[in-house]
Amino acid sequence: MTTPSDDQAGTGDGPVWTGKHLLGLEDLSAAEITAILDQAAEFKKRSLEPNKKLDLLNGTVVANLFFEPSTRTRTSFSLAAKRLSADTIDFTASGSSLSKGETFVDTARNIEAMGASLVVVRHRSPGAPHQLAGRIKAGVLNAGDGTHEHPTQALLDLFTIREKRGSFEGLTVTLVGDILHSRVARSNIWGLKKLGARVIVCGPSTLIPPRIEEFGVEVSHRLDDVLEETDCVNLLRIQFERQRGAFFPSIREYTHFYGMNSERLKAARSDVMILAPGPINRGVELTQDVADGPHSVILDQVTNGLAVRMACLYLLHQSHATGGDG
Amino acid sequence: MNGCLIRGGRVIDPAVGRDAVGDVWMIDGRIVDGKVDGVQAKEFDATGKIVCPGFIETQATLQEPGWDDVETIVSGTAAAVAGGVTSVACLPETEPVVDNRAAVEFILQQAVRSGTCHVFPLGAVTKNRLGEELAEIGQLVEGGAVALSDGKRAVANAEVMRRGLEYAKMFGCRIFHHPQDPELVAGGVMHEGLYSTLLGLGGMPAEAEEILVARDVALAELTGGSLHLMTVSTAQSVEIIRRARERGVDVTASVTPHHLVLTDAELQTFDTQCKVDPPFRSREHVEALVAGLVDGTIEVISSDHRPVPAEEKELEIDVAPFGIVGLETLLPLCIRALIDSERMEWSDLISRLTCGPAKILGLNKGSLAVGNDADVVVIDPDVEWEINPAEFRSRCANTPFGGWQVRGRVETVFVAGSPVYSIDR
Repeated sequence: MTTPSDDQAGTGDGPVWTGKHLLGLEDLSAAEITAILDQAAEFKKRSLEPNKKLDLLNGTVVANLFFEPSTRTRTSFSLAAKRLSADTIDFTASGSSLSKGETFVDTARNIEAMGASLVVVRHRSPGAPHQLAGRIKAGVLNAGDGTHEHPTQALLDLFTIREKRGSFEGLTVTLVGDILHSRVARSNIWGLKKLGARVIVCGPSTLIPPRIEEFGVEVSHRLDDVLEETDCVNLLRIQFERQRGAFFPSIREYTHFYGMNSERLKAARSDVMILAPGPINRGVELTQDVADGPHSVILDQVTNGLAVRMACLYLLHQSHATGGDG
Repeated sequence: MNGCLIRGGRVIDPAVGRDAVGDVWMIDGRIVDGKVDGVQAKEFDATGKIVCPGFIETQATLQEPGWDDVETIVSGTAAAVAGGVTSVACLPETEPVVDNRAAVEFILQQAVRSGTCHVFPLGAVTKNRLGEELAEIGQLVEGGAVALSDGKRAVANAEVMRRGLEYAKMFGCRIFHHPQDPELVAGGVMHEGLYSTLLGLGGMPAEAEEILVARDVALAELTGGSLHLMTVSTAQSVEIIRRARERGVDVTASVTPHHLVLTDAELQTFDTQCKVDPPFRSREHVEALVAGLVDGTIEVISSDHRPVPAEEKELEIDVAPFGIVGLETLLPLCIRALIDSERMEWSDLISRLTCGPAKILGLNKGSLAVGNDADVVVIDPDVEWEINPAEFRSRCANTPFGGWQVRGRVETVFVAGSPVYSIDR
């Protein structure tokens, strides 16, 4: 096991993030986002060494409270905590709390009473992590709250783009698909705008929420119109489970206008980056050959997600240990 | 004979256009015009205070029968008088629903047995509030229902609403409707707009209300029936109602004070106490509501008292119930929204809380004219205080106003000539 030393990640002079919770990217400044990404880059470097384990969170209990099914985010957080030598509690429950049963706040209080000092929360209700943050002492890390925010997903998207392109200046990122129900879209918009990218949201008019332009994004309903000016395409998953009623006539029609296939790839820039937060619906948001092709960075995103989540856990832990004020 | 004299207050009685310093005499539960020989009158000094008719609440949820762990007629009327309310019309959102004569009579009896103020039940428009078949409206009225309402459930079927308006007209009874298209607000938590997009919360578009306001106005026009639109919340609603009243359609409307002091921006904290139905709207809607109150398009202010237990307000915002307990914060919020902002005179504000509601409920109340029931409120208009939900008399404390510094407080309340509430007690 590696011990912390002078060259330990996170001891640089760069900007710092001292929040008590990570609830969303709306609340963070560009400098704070950059601090998290820099920390993640350090961790990614360390992960290439043979011994991947750091003892930075030794003795700390990280609880993963997943009130909504998730495989990849939960696994990623769990592994991130273990890489930092934290003890982990995994709690999974589906559905919302019942009116006369234990509320999700009660559940979190119970887990906190077991000594958890960091609580990772995934919940189907927007704002659930915010409600928790006001009621427990532990640091709350939002792992996706309904259709609101998914900060670590956006951070890993930002990390992946920055890793390949170096900077966000002059970059155009197009978020494609179900913007209305997408927490990934909201977090990406905040992060990308703060770091200086141009953002286009592209999807059927029924899946573009009202007044989204006021967040500083451009709106398009035709992917073919904006592909040419796009450096990075982020293909959001159609949230079949969050939609009530029909927002578009058929999957075939959706794919016809918004699906990423080899034809569209040809019309795109030669160096276009294809991102997808997953889990992807193959053949809907993108075809097999695009998902597995040279432009796709989908698996890099997964790898980077681990480093980003380690950074978030570590920095949150640090700010709790040093009494940060966020 | 028992008498009371409230001496030296600024007596405001909008029903008769009175606004002057003077005395108010009460004997045997009625307002009289002066001392009667042989009556011992208990004196109350109201120098520097406002003396006005007791407020009339047009729509409170008292939860009894059925949900008496949440609120009862005892706790609800105690909360009412603490807010200066001396008459409460209660929505039939009970279990069982007040859709039959026996249920109306139970509430009236319970109010006599245990209530601290007058209670006027509203009967359901449709059986079990399902919006399908008309309830036994005639017998509800005979049993004592003063108006009809399906509570916070819209009568979605236009044909049923039409028949309801036509049938209720025969009994001289007004239909109190919650105008909101249920399909357009399905899954909704808050006003649809910038903030719902920001927060990822399900939106309730203003148009969901306006569509039903326009429909209901058209049906009132068609049938000649009497319509009351409960707690409207949008600019276009106010405008549709204003035009309809100009044409002579019998349509009235109310607003809540909380819709005048908070906007949808408040939801940014995901505070479930700010989850109300209709939802808090944006600033331009709030402005239009105030304008509607000022020009008389809206004749009634209602607290829309709706108790929700603490454990249910601790749920996730998309599953937590809608509602605010409003009775005990009614007056200071009105003062903040309308008097402090210099949008309304005291007499106009008091009319929206007294004779306005009395008129639409068809009650011979809401005035201090000689011979009226001696339901009287003494207000200290200047005292500053902090709202403390722990002191509420309601069984529930669901309010976003805890800790607010406010001005103006109900000091003493008389119901039928008897002092039932005093701030000093």
